[in-house]
Amino acid sequence: MLIPCPYCGPRDVGEFTYQGDANRVRPALDAPRAEWETFVYERVNTAGPHREHWQHSGGCRAHLTVVRDTLTHHVLSAEFVRPGPVAKAGS
Amino acid sequence: MKEYSAFSVLRNAFTGNRDWKPAWRKAEPKPAYDVVIVGGGGHGLATAYYLASEHGLTNVAVLEKGWLGSGNVGRNTTIVRSNYLLPANTAFYEHSMKLWEELSHELNYNVMFSQRGVLNLAHSPSQMDDYARRGNAMRHAGIDAELVSPERIARLVPGLDLSPEARFPVVGGLLQPRGGTARHDAVAWGYARGADRRGVDIIENCEVTGFLREGERVVGVATSRGEIRAAKVAVAVAGSTGQVMKLAGIENLPIESHVLQAFVSEALKPLIDTVITFGAGHLYVSQSDKGGLVFGGDIDGYNSYAQRGNLPVVEDVMSELVALFPGVARVRLLRSWGGIMDMSMDGSPIITTGPLPGMYLNSGWCYGGFKATPASGWCFAWTIARDEPHPLNAAFSLDRFRRGLVIDEKGQGATPRLH
Amino acid sequence: MTMRRASSGGRIDRTRTVRFTFDGKAYTGHAGDTLASALMAAGVSVFARSFKYHRPRGVFACGPDEPNALVTLISEGVREPNVQATLVEIFDGLDAESQNRFPSLGFDIGAVNGLAGPLISAGFYYKTFMGPVVGSIRGTRAWMLAEKAIRRAAGLGRAGHAPDPARYERVNAFCDTLVVGSGPAGLVAAESAAAAGGRVILADLDATMGGSAKWSSAMIDGRPAAEWAAGRVAALEAMPNVRLLPRTTVWGYYDGNTLAATERVSDHKSSRAKGEPRQRSWTIRAGAAVLATGAQERPIVFPGNDRPGVMLAGAALRHAGEFAVLPAGPVVIFTNNDSAYTAAAGLAEAGAEIAAIVDVRPETSDAARALADKAGGELLTGHAIVHTHGGKALSSVSVRRFTLESGTFSGETRRIEAGCLAVSGGWSPMIHLASQAGGKPAWSETLQAFLPPEPTQDWTAVGAADGTFRLADIVTGAEAPELDPAPAPCLEIASPGKAFVDFQHDVTADDVRLAHREGFASVEHLKRYTTLGMATDQGRTSNIPGMAILAAATGRTIAETGTTRFRPPFSPVSIAAIAADRHGDLRPERRTPLHDWHVERGAIMQPAGLWFRPRIYGDPGETVEQAYVREAKAVRERVGIVDVSTLGKIAVQGPDAAAFLDRVYTNMFSTLKVGRARYGLMLREDGFAYDDGTTWRLSETDFLMTTTTANAGRVMQNLEYWLDTAWPDLRVALTSVTDQWAGAAVAGPKSREVLAACVTGTGLDDDALPFMGIVHGEIAGVPVMICRLSFSGELAYEVYCGAGHGRHVWEALMEAGEPHHIVPYGLEALGTLRIEKGHVTATEIDGRTTARDLHLDWMLSGKKPFIGSALMDREALLAPDRLGLVGLVSLDGRALTAGAHIVERGDREARDSIGHVTAVCFSPALGKYVGLALIRGGKARIGSRAHLSDPLRDRFGPVEIVSHHFFDPDGSRMHG
Repeated sequence: MLIPCPYCGPRDVGEFTYQGDANRVRPALDAPRAEWETFVYERVNTAGPHREHWQHSGGCRAHLTVVRDTLTHHVLSAEFVRPGPVAKAGS
Repeated sequence: MKEYSAFSVLRNAFTGNRDWKPAWRKAEPKPAYDVVIVGGGGHGLATAYYLASEHGLTNVAVLEKGWLGSGNVGRNTTIVRSNYLLPANTAFYEHSMKLWEELSHELNYNVMFSQRGVLNLAHSPSQMDDYARRGNAMRHAGIDAELVSPERIARLVPGLDLSPEARFPVVGGLLQPRGGTARHDAVAWGYARGADRRGVDIIENCEVTGFLREGERVVGVATSRGEIRAAKVAVAVAGSTGQVMKLAGIENLPIESHVLQAFVSEALKPLIDTVITFGAGHLYVSQSDKGGLVFGGDIDGYNSYAQRGNLPVVEDVMSELVALFPGVARVRLLRSWGGIMDMSMDGSPIITTGPLPGMYLNSGWCYGGFKATPASGWCFAWTIARDEPHPLNAAFSLDRFRRGLVIDEKGQGATPRLH
Repeated sequence: MTMRRASSGGRIDRTRTVRFTFDGKAYTGHAGDTLASALMAAGVSVFARSFKYHRPRGVFACGPDEPNALVTLISEGVREPNVQATLVEIFDGLDAESQNRFPSLGFDIGAVNGLAGPLISAGFYYKTFMGPVVGSIRGTRAWMLAEKAIRRAAGLGRAGHAPDPARYERVNAFCDTLVVGSGPAGLVAAESAAAAGGRVILADLDATMGGSAKWSSAMIDGRPAAEWAAGRVAALEAMPNVRLLPRTTVWGYYDGNTLAATERVSDHKSSRAKGEPRQRSWTIRAGAAVLATGAQERPIVFPGNDRPGVMLAGAALRHAGEFAVLPAGPVVIFTNNDSAYTAAAGLAEAGAEIAAIVDVRPETSDAARALADKAGGELLTGHAIVHTHGGKALSSVSVRRFTLESGTFSGETRRIEAGCLAVSGGWSPMIHLASQAGGKPAWSETLQAFLPPEPTQDWTAVGAADGTFRLADIVTGAEAPELDPAPAPCLEIASPGKAFVDFQHDVTADDVRLAHREGFASVEHLKRYTTLGMATDQGRTSNIPGMAILAAATGRTIAETGTTRFRPPFSPVSIAAIAADRHGDLRPERRTPLHDWHVERGAIMQPAGLWFRPRIYGDPGETVEQAYVREAKAVRERVGIVDVSTLGKIAVQGPDAAAFLDRVYTNMFSTLKVGRARYGLMLREDGFAYDDGTTWRLSETDFLMTTTTANAGRVMQNLEYWLDTAWPDLRVALTSVTDQWAGAAVAGPKSREVLAACVTGTGLDDDALPFMGIVHGEIAGVPVMICRLSFSGELAYEVYCGAGHGRHVWEALMEAGEPHHIVPYGLEALGTLRIEKGHVTATEIDGRTTARDLHLDWMLSGKKPFIGSALMDREALLAPDRLGLVGLVSLDGRALTAGAHIVERGDREARDSIGHVTAVCFSPALGKYVGLALIRGGKARIGSRAHLSDPLRDRFGPVEIVSHHFFDPDGSRMHG
């Protein structure tokens, strides 16, 4: 599986760390407990295109929002979670 | 249905093996049952068996989408053990172990449970302390456990690299002599045959496409072979839990579905007589009766329903195996495959009533569903029959996560890829 | 014997003689021979004994399809079992032995299993050995006794324990087009991809490229196919954008068009060049893959079909064409399709005598008939082989008139003398890689074969792999007879006798039917119940016949019976080849800048994650306990020094660094003054304790965070995760600087004097450097950063310098400490000092404990929310019966044991554990054996007595539960 890191270019999945479902809405630190319980413990488990976080831990270390089909492992898109002052690969 | 025995094998041999009957009937779905179990894997079939044998509930159907046992019961690395740390787990898995020890006899089906011992290798003094804590937890729960020295390990596991030059030298280990392996498919078939003999309908190629509801209450299932009504609907579908529960309108669960690969080498003459786990990585290996080394490691670590994994984990697992057993360098990998694990948020399972009235849920088996099969079925059957959990599975509730009553064997928190 | 070497022809080099041994006996062959061809040429017919019945077996196929001729190769003292003799290139000194026989291939005691055939039919294991029997043979005992014998009888080759001295290499390759298979279809595809200018890799598992062209009798562009192929290969070799990989098996099709391949670099050589690997593992990322993997021939199942001398027709042709190995006696061809006629004509042309062609079809095409005429011998259409005869080698076959539609026989049984029976049941495209790539193969009723699925990744299948069997449809300019690629739908001749479907696992046609009778009617059940297709050839020759027999039994079509999914690897791959470079270098070794000093000083090094740290610096004759007690005592009484370079160090920098730390730590960091450090605690999001360490404020916007050694990587990753996903607005940069700093902790009442003797450029008194203060100075000319903090509870300093200067500074500190008899101390003493102080480490912050459990609730700020604050106050996390941290004192004067449990009753058999011991030591400060423990109820039990219970190590004894602050609870020593 290759993930197209917007900074480094397409790289093998072995360079990345999975950081989970990106559809979850992170509550504010002082949000009610129930919101945090949902955030921490509950998952939707999409079968099909899935928005998820990956860190390019063996590369630029940026976190990416990747859309990947959980039925086929096809990676449909990848972009920075946190747009930073970094150039795109090849530019 | 005839009993299996050495005598029946002999008698049939003389009649050209023409008189054997199907191990279970190809049942047609009836319009209604007392209990419908969704999922014809090890846990679903065991549940059906114990509903019939322990609770006298025989108007039961097991619905399997594909062929019976096509999920993780036929994809695992066949290890059976009860070497857990936390009280809820030790009690549950030891109950399972005791059921395993009588299972072939109980089912009149040889599941080839081989108590060849499960050995966890330790690679530092602090890891030995960890193992001592777990081993003592086992001993205090009445489970067999021994700390073993490198000298003893050398005798138990010839060929294991015990040299001080190893990247992670072995300093000792924790042995559970009663642990071992079983023939995975036989467990599904044995429970299926046992349940069938007690009147349970086992219905293959029957996909659940929806749940029948009366208000909140679940009153049956819609299937690819028509609607089936049931007083109680039990779900035991492992990696498919999220998808099946969505059909009932349950969108969120404390489960993540991940792919786990497993591997088998070509058949060899006996080489490894024990189940070995590596303590400085993640590898478990044993040798099947047919001679193949059966082994695995970490989950790939991402959500997946593809039943296929990728190369980094393959390379990792192979490198750990060669590191432990340098003699297998030229032994060849025969086959690899993938299964979908229902990773829970604390690494421990869920066996519970609900989450809807009329519904029962069995899930969250992570890496460890196979060894749990007997106790899982036994406890789930109890929970379904009596509408309340048995003390053995009372802790495996669905609300324990929110309440903070997590059973976190590895202490990793709600990060499924780390359990 | 059944085979001989033809006097001419083939692609072997008759001028070169190669010497090798098989089962200890010396043989010769020619360069270009496989082990199989050389042995067959030398008259060997029995290569192996079968898995279950130990029947003698000969070569049945060629290349990777071979189910029978498995051998063990021995080189450099290492055993490589289960190698197909058809894939081994011989070389001088090759040492091979046969498998699964005792005492010898010729006479194998295991063959008695054959007599018990009906007893040990499919599934018999499941029906016996159920126990309990009687007395001591209960439960699993009966089975385990039987299992011992079964395990010894099962298995194929024997592996050894000797480590492999060979190297294995890993290569990553990128290309626009990967062509798998170099037969005519592959060559055409490679040429066209290369001509378009892309980077092309062409891989073939054979030693020479060309695939079926190497032994085909067809003409292409007016030349023999082999010549045509050699020309194409030479042209490709000359192109700069093409890489040819012979001896390379592409075995795995992974996601993102990532393909795994193994190149056999030196397996065919007598010795390796210096540095040359044995095998090379290729990970190929291909823009597109062209699967030109060809097709495999299937057998027809009939009684006696496993007798040595029976082989696939295409294999017989290939052995003749490529290796000049011919059937010595008359050849009978048995087929359900036209392709075997090509084999018949080719064998005849090579010099074999064709006795008969037996075709199950009532009639045959003109093109086939023309080939039959060329081949000579009788043409028996509408006939079938019903049995074979001979001992360990075929001598004759029985033939009867056969009606295809009904599968019935008529007329007399005829015997035809034959030394070789060449069988063809038609061809199956090699769809393994396509199936691995995802997608379900499609059954072609015409071709009686599965065709590749709809692509789910970027690949195309070409040639026979795509079901295109006619050469003229693959290569323009090819001249070959116009044969019908469609076989008759007949893969079994149902006649009495043992007819094998899976040769390697000894699965018979009756086993398949028995499985069906017992309800194992899905193809996956069939596989699992009978083990059909599960052997090392992965059912190459058995899957389709097995499915055909099952389909017939169930009255369904093969399409309805379903297919199994192909899984990696395509053919077996050495485990070490996949492990490749990691073999022997499983994980990196992390060494501190002071590692060598420790080793020179006699430290016993101990793994700590990937790191190595000194456990003790033992003096001669000292026990571990004596050493750490001496070291810890020195710290309490004088001064000691410990390497703390392994602590995780993270630079947290930027205008919002303080705000960021306020969110990730439970306590406040924005109030920390520049030049000061503070102890911080982190929780996980679920509210449980996670990690601790000190963080130093170097400037308004610059913090140096330290983490525990074990969690360094994960904490860094979590900080990055939170910053990127939760608080992208915070202006913070995170940099791991663990490896940039060397760190030494100097601890003990004399530590200030030691520093004073070597530090310049800064004051060290309480005003200049108060507790938790930070100063910059120099030691021996090296800039250092010094923080006055203490893990030991003594007056202590952590001295950090650039990693490259670590040893220089450390040695300067040692020199400065000499007058005070400074002692280096290891992990054991470090642990002893922290236990005496009741400080926690990973054994207490074990992922299940809370800040309150560890009495760190004073660090939970009430003034701000932080990671974990939302969930840390859940009822279950506040419950009074949680495991809480306490101290333990041994009351029997004996050492406590870490990992022991605690029980209330003074009864060795008591099993009601109330907690466990996390850390133990002999405390030189207290003169007692003490420990830390997590005990139900925690502090509430202080002052009570309990018992340490360690049945694993047979230790039981009374303990007193005390506060975890054993020593100097008010901290006067470190402040002093």
